[in-house]
Amino acid sequence: MKAMIRGNESIAYAFKLARVQVVPAYPITPSTLVPEKISEFIANGEMKAEFVPVESEHSAISAAIGASARGVRVGTATASQGLALMHEVLFIASGMRLPIVMGIGNRALSAPINIWCDHQDSMSQRDTGWMQFYGENNQEGLDLGIMAFKIAEDKRVLLPAMVGLDAFVLTHTVEPVDMPEQSEVDDFLGEFKPNYVTLDPNKPATLGSFGFPEHYTEFRFAQWVAMEQAKKVIDEVFEEFEKKFGRKYRKVMPEHTEDADIIFVTMGSMSGTMREYIKKLRAQGKKVGMVKITVFRPFPKEELIEALQNAKVVAVVERNISMGFAGAVYGELAATFANKSKKPKFVDFIVGLGGRDITFNTLESVYKVAEKALTQDVDDVNWIDVNKEAVYKSEGLQ
Amino acid sequence: MSQMTDMRKMEEEWLRTERLPHVWCPGCGIGIVLNAFLRAVIRRNIPKEKMVVVSGIGCTGRTAGYVNVDSFHTTHGRAIPFAVGIKFARPDLNVVVFSGDGDLFAIGGNHFVNAARRNHDLLIIAVNNFTYGMTGGQHGPTTPTGAYTTTTPYGNPDRPFNIPHLAISLGAPYVARWTTYHVNQLQNSIYKALNMKGFRVIEIISQCPTVYGRRNSMRSPMSMMEYFQKNSVINNKASYEEMELTYNGKIVVGEFRNVGGIPSYEERYEEIIRRAQE
Repeated sequence: MKAMIRGNESIAYAFKLARVQVVPAYPITPSTLVPEKISEFIANGEMKAEFVPVESEHSAISAAIGASARGVRVGTATASQGLALMHEVLFIASGMRLPIVMGIGNRALSAPINIWCDHQDSMSQRDTGWMQFYGENNQEGLDLGIMAFKIAEDKRVLLPAMVGLDAFVLTHTVEPVDMPEQSEVDDFLGEFKPNYVTLDPNKPATLGSFGFPEHYTEFRFAQWVAMEQAKKVIDEVFEEFEKKFGRKYRKVMPEHTEDADIIFVTMGSMSGTMREYIKKLRAQGKKVGMVKITVFRPFPKEELIEALQNAKVVAVVERNISMGFAGAVYGELAATFANKSKKPKFVDFIVGLGGRDITFNTLESVYKVAEKALTQDVDDVNWIDVNKEAVYKSEGLQ
Repeated sequence: MSQMTDMRKMEEEWLRTERLPHVWCPGCGIGIVLNAFLRAVIRRNIPKEKMVVVSGIGCTGRTAGYVNVDSFHTTHGRAIPFAVGIKFARPDLNVVVFSGDGDLFAIGGNHFVNAARRNHDLLIIAVNNFTYGMTGGQHGPTTPTGAYTTTTPYGNPDRPFNIPHLAISLGAPYVARWTTYHVNQLQNSIYKALNMKGFRVIEIISQCPTVYGRRNSMRSPMSMMEYFQKNSVINNKASYEEMELTYNGKIVVGEFRNVGGIPSYEERYEEIIRRAQE
């Protein structure tokens, strides 16, 4: 069945189809429509779940942990400052190995206050032990939202997962999607049967208790092992989904990479613009390709090595910045190739922060630097579409 | 020049007129509150360099950007802690927290409670429109039981905060509640509170026709104002039960507490420093 939905609704429908039982959430732009839609589903009797209208995001994720530890399927949604406010509790969700799924409307962080798209919010939660998926469009939001439960709940994994959709570009944009039937999703996901400890008065247990130095590292290592296992489970779930629903997902999606000298690495909605731009360059006879990263945690090292190793230049195009170093994706990619004898030249491009549009002009600027990098040295980190003169002047550097 | 144009001119000096028009919807009550605030400040002859306005996130939170004094637009819920920091660094300043109900009582509720308990020297202008307006009208901790919002499409089962009672229970020396219909009383209340010390709380029931009123049989700004006019009862000696707000019920307004002589946190802190140095 075809449906016209906004990106936020793709997360809400994923929760509904997954028969999520508890949704604690706090309103925040641009994710608010997720809990709104959920409360509408519940009120209309279309969804049998509890919506918990908490007083902050910190409480939302805390309530999610409480519900998940009781052994029910739990979903929530947030963005930006809300996700940042959840930070300490995110570690607890992953440390307790609770398969919570959270939709993120990827949005910039303050200050200055900005409600528009970039990936800084979820990138800053990179080390919290959550799996991270990024959708290119609303169909991907819906599909990844459903698959995230299957991956997270697999007993080899048991880790929470975030599904990121770009603020406004996707969250508020109506797109046609293929809406799976309830019976198909029921068949795909199955009933959630938690095999971890749950709150049960007949078997009392204390959750979230102390881990002393003689045990703590083993708990952390178990999370590491689970994250490594997740790589395999993600492949299995993607393949099963493809068989059942006909849509193909991979942790990284290479396009036109076989003979490419320059490969662009993208995430999220910018991938669509990049695809069109590459068509244009290919028509001019330029050997360029792209690799879209759908799964950022666990970081798909093996697939990225495979996809990028024959390129001369890898242009990492990203909507986040780790001040004092570079973008997060660039850093991780460079480290992925650190011990390889054959490696491309990596060049980082910081684009589209705080909702600045990524257009063909943006990508043209990226391409020019990448092309130059084929034959000469260029800066490691390149800020694109920025009024550098104004900044240098205000910082007293002119 | 008439007195009215004089006041208008003076108010314009207190506004960043180049930032206008503001983002508030037609018929929103926040402008009425800001107007009352500026008039009270002008009547008090407070110099601009002695005033800081701190706001959180939300519709009311946008106030910080429009007042022509040093101001802070803080993170969601944290207006009071930012303000406490400013007051400690510059005890000579009038620090005003101008924020909404969602910001001050939901995500920032803990800060309100503890700052009131300590009696920090802050004036709190709390605009209560019963909903999260900026994100499109979800129910929050001040939404009356039974009210319709985007997250309570068949009525709100929660109980709302009784803000004056909460503030009084924590020992706030000045506590009042008005609606945007009571413009003169509101202005006088702010005028009075500006001259006091300690944690002063003024709750203003304000209309949000765009996302609250239209879901609750008050489609126009006028119908919300008429509701305030018809249902408000002035009772300075109201019991805490009477202060409770119900869905489309009576709104008890007034100056519920006005007690001088309670030392503020800053005064008690200075006293300890003075004693320690003796």
